Amino acid sequence: MSDTSTVQLTAKDFATDQDVRWCPGCGDYSILKQVQSVLPGIGIPRERIAVISGIGCSSRFPYYVNSYGMHSIHGRAPAIVTGLKATRPELSIWVVTGDGDGLSIGGNHLIHLLRRNVNCNLLLFNNQIYGLTKGQYSPTSEAGKVAKSTPLGSVDHPFNPAALALGADASFVARAMDRDPKHLQAMLRRSNDHHGTSFLEIYQNCNIFNDGAFFIFTDKDTKPQHTVFVEQGQPLVFGAQREYALKLDGFKPVPFKHGAEGSLDEAWVHDESDPIKATILARMFDDPRNEGALPRPFGVFFAQTRETYEDALNAQLAAAMNLEGPAHLPTGPGMAFAGGGTGPQKADTADAAPAFLPPELEAELDAELDRTIAGKDTWTVQ
Amino acid sequence: MSESPSAQNGQTAAGESPQSHGREHAQDAQSQERFETRQEVVIKFAGDSGDGMQLTGGQFTNSTALAGHDLATFPDFPAEIRAPVGTLAGVSGFQINFASRPVYTPGDRCDVLVAMNAAALKANLESLEPGGQLILNRDGFDAKNLRLAGYDENPLEGDGLQGYVRHEMDVTRLTRECLKDYELGTKEKDRCKNMFVLGFLYWMYDRPLEPTLDFLDRKFQKLPEVKAANQAVLHAGYAYGDTTETFSTRYRVPKAELEPGTYRSITGNEATGLGLLAASRKSRLPMFLGSYPITPASDILHQLSGFKRFGVRTFQAEDEIAAISAAIGAAFGGHLAVTTTSGPGMALKGEALGLAMMLELPLVVINIQRAGPSTGMPTKTEQADLMQALYGRNGECPMPVLAIHSPSDAFETAYEACRIAVEHMTPVILLSDGYIANGAEPWRFPSAAAMPSIQPRFADPAKLEKAINEDGQFLPYARDERLVRAWAVPGVPDLEHRIGGLEKQADTGNVSYDPDNHENMVKTRAAKIDRIPVADLEIDLGPEEGDVLILGWGSTYGTCRATVRDLLGEGLAVAHAHLRHIRPFPANLGDLMARFRRVIVPEINDGQLVHLIRDRFLIDAVPFNRIKGTPIRKEELAAAVKALIPAAANA
Ligand SMILES: Cc1ncc(C[n+]2csc(CCOP(=O)(O)OP(=O)(O)O)c2C)c(N)n1
Ligand code: SF4
Ligand SMILES: [Mg+2]
Repeated sequence: MSDTSTVQLTAKDFATDQDVRWCPGCGDYSILKQVQSVLPGIGIPRERIAVISGIGCSSRFPYYVNSYGMHSIHGRAPAIVTGLKATRPELSIWVVTGDGDGLSIGGNHLIHLLRRNVNCNLLLFNNQIYGLTKGQYSPTSEAGKVAKSTPLGSVDHPFNPAALALGADASFVARAMDRDPKHLQAMLRRSNDHHGTSFLEIYQNCNIFNDGAFFIFTDKDTKPQHTVFVEQGQPLVFGAQREYALKLDGFKPVPFKHGAEGSLDEAWVHDESDPIKATILARMFDDPRNEGALPRPFGVFFAQTRETYEDALNAQLAAAMNLEGPAHLPTGPGMAFAGGGTGPQKADTADAAPAFLPPELEAELDAELDRTIAGKDTWTVQ
Repeated sequence: MSESPSAQNGQTAAGESPQSHGREHAQDAQSQERFETRQEVVIKFAGDSGDGMQLTGGQFTNSTALAGHDLATFPDFPAEIRAPVGTLAGVSGFQINFASRPVYTPGDRCDVLVAMNAAALKANLESLEPGGQLILNRDGFDAKNLRLAGYDENPLEGDGLQGYVRHEMDVTRLTRECLKDYELGTKEKDRCKNMFVLGFLYWMYDRPLEPTLDFLDRKFQKLPEVKAANQAVLHAGYAYGDTTETFSTRYRVPKAELEPGTYRSITGNEATGLGLLAASRKSRLPMFLGSYPITPASDILHQLSGFKRFGVRTFQAEDEIAAISAAIGAAFGGHLAVTTTSGPGMALKGEALGLAMMLELPLVVINIQRAGPSTGMPTKTEQADLMQALYGRNGECPMPVLAIHSPSDAFETAYEACRIAVEHMTPVILLSDGYIANGAEPWRFPSAAAMPSIQPRFADPAKLEKAINEDGQFLPYARDERLVRAWAVPGVPDLEHRIGGLEKQADTGNVSYDPDNHENMVKTRAAKIDRIPVADLEIDLGPEEGDVLILGWGSTYGTCRATVRDLLGEGLAVAHAHLRHIRPFPANLGDLMARFRRVIVPEINDGQLVHLIRDRFLIDAVPFNRIKGTPIRKEELAAAVKALIPAAANA
């Protein structure tokens, strides 16, 4: 029995024997690598991690992460996760979805996951295209997108995923990109640390069907001018020499050259607990090709602690069962094996919930079951 | 407001004190003579949906059960919560059949019809037996009610009702009079009028008032004035029967000879929920229910949401897809996963059902069928989702299908569905319908200890010899001799694995597009289902061989059984057998059918099981179908059965 909770794991321990089947050069590789690099350091044993995805190129992800995983059906991963997390709150759950999977077919589940605030980390691989089905425009494709199904350009107005998430009352909203591994790793760690649904949008290059969609933000020549990386308590600065800053004129973000056009003291200082400012960040969504476009923000826009769905549900349950707290709720006979034993016995990891209730409580519930079956009004035939 | 003087007055106004009604009257030597004995009675309560007919019927049912009769009920209500008052669309009905012998159906026709208004009479008169009794609320036949019901002239005045025994009373006026000293608005007072009718029927059928008085105590605990008003009107209705000369006859139905044991009254939905709960307790698997509200399934969601003390988690999802998906997540997590819905919701769950089948995770999917297609007739019953249950998914997607046949059968069948799902690692479809869901009957409930055990097989990391490959890797799709894989839940070290909806290699579960592997997997998954042992089918009633076998499934049970009882009485060689398991079929089904000259398959659809039977067994099974949103009438079925017996048909 390997006891992964005490052995220091490395990224390799999270690789599987499956050949990774993305197109060479796909941005998904980088994201996989960063996830595999981050997982060993989050202090959660491998067996307690579950990666759940929908369908799409991105959703192949679970096959490549050596933990528990499910490659489910198109768009439904958030709903599956809600059931898994409600019943197994101790698991660290990573949801992998695409712009089509999460915002088109699964848009409904996504917003409900966010409002319920199920504690999980949702990675939205946004490549602004349907990759797996070979290149149709997606709900994040820019209007006018010429793609397989839109020879004359799409006529749909796209979603702004970060604004959508905030609109659904997400408790954590962040953005990263495949081509900035260090920042992506930091964002993954932040997502993991947040207790609640962490919505992390990751700009991902699909070099086959939408190559370069984000180059203006990721290429070292254009990146400094077109991106602003927000950090808690720090002024919003950008530019090749970090010579520009943003200030707020009312609710309107205004770039200025600090020193020349004003003091850095006037700059907008990032506060991730402020939902209004988070909304302004999310709304900094200009087409970067336009003259005077504001830089695109990256980093944690918003983070707020709010009770999670499973905490509230399980607190109700524990109270109804007269248990000391949710940690005492039984997980069922499947977890009797978590301790590596051969019989139905209690899991022996210290922070794991028990598989069963204490015998006297189980007996009491069996008696209560009989009372419930009998109901209030019975009669006896001799 | 409790014990207000007006409440006291109210009771006086009713002319009686509570103690003066009830059993004592029945034992009164003088009134004894006025009792007539009946072996079987069918009563239909009909009124506007705001008239409280369902509650009245429910109370009468309870009192009937406590009186020791066998019974069956059929609530029949409009889809609209508040259909326009007084219209035909707004008529709500509740039928109860009770008897001294076993009761199998709520009855084709009623002996007594309670009509609270003109529309209720118009909608139901056709189902009243010739010579039957009519209890009419005269206040419900004013000009407005007559117009809304579409009567050109008042039926109470013409001679259209001549063939019936009429009891006309001014229920509204009498109720108001009884409550004249109560501090309630007219609307609230009028809401008590169902109690008047109920009190009157209690008088007529010699029932004690106490169970309903107790019920009102509980229901209106926080509204003492309303409680007192309802109780006063109930007494007044009883007293009305007692003091009004017009009604000279009262009825007694002898106790039924039910099998010894302790009984309760139960609806199909309640029993279904209890069966799930028992399975959860017995297996020690905490239950998770994912559901999205839909008639007639919502009551199970309501009921289970009240079972938190058992550790039951209920999740009201954003739609049916989320409901089943969340249940799949819970199943992955090692819980007893259930999702409940009705036809339209079932359609939405199709893709996720396929996923559950591919994942080979236990999941119980309950479809409380209603009349379709599309939104159809939500409050009406039908059995038209059988083919959907068997085949309504993309690809070859087999799963066990079970059908509940009556309220008292629901507990065991729901339990059995859980057992199969958990022990055979498969989604299971359990079919019920609106008629079973809302109908009630006496139930000799089991003790949980008497239920068969449920034994999930979880992957045990300490015993992995067989389930790992040469690299020591866990094989999530290694199967035992029943072709069942082990359940491996996240959290257990060394069992890390990935599962998904893509076709998988045998044993490893790795994605595979190999042609032979695919064919092999398709056949293996089907064989796994078809090898599930199910009990042999037995003749429910009638001889072991003969002229005609009525082969039924689901809610036609009572009709089939009652029909056979009647035909056996006529000396015909007919029998009834009823399928609980539709996939897999009981192994002896073919042999059993071969012992009869003809097989007839009654269904509330356009012919579904009959096609399976014809296809599978190459026999000329006869379809018998009614698609009216209501249970099949036994007289119609009896005629169809007789037509298959030359001697009987010519007679
Ligand atoms: C119910 C259903 N409809 C359609 C599909 C086909 N399909 C698979 S992936 C996909 C879109 C994927 O786009 P996205 O989520 O952006 O993922 P990407 O491939 O770009 O990573 C579609 C339409 C499907 N698998 N299931
Ligand atoms: S199609 Fe695009 S998104 Fe999919 S694997 Fe290839 S490059 Fe990546
Ligand atoms: Mg995409």
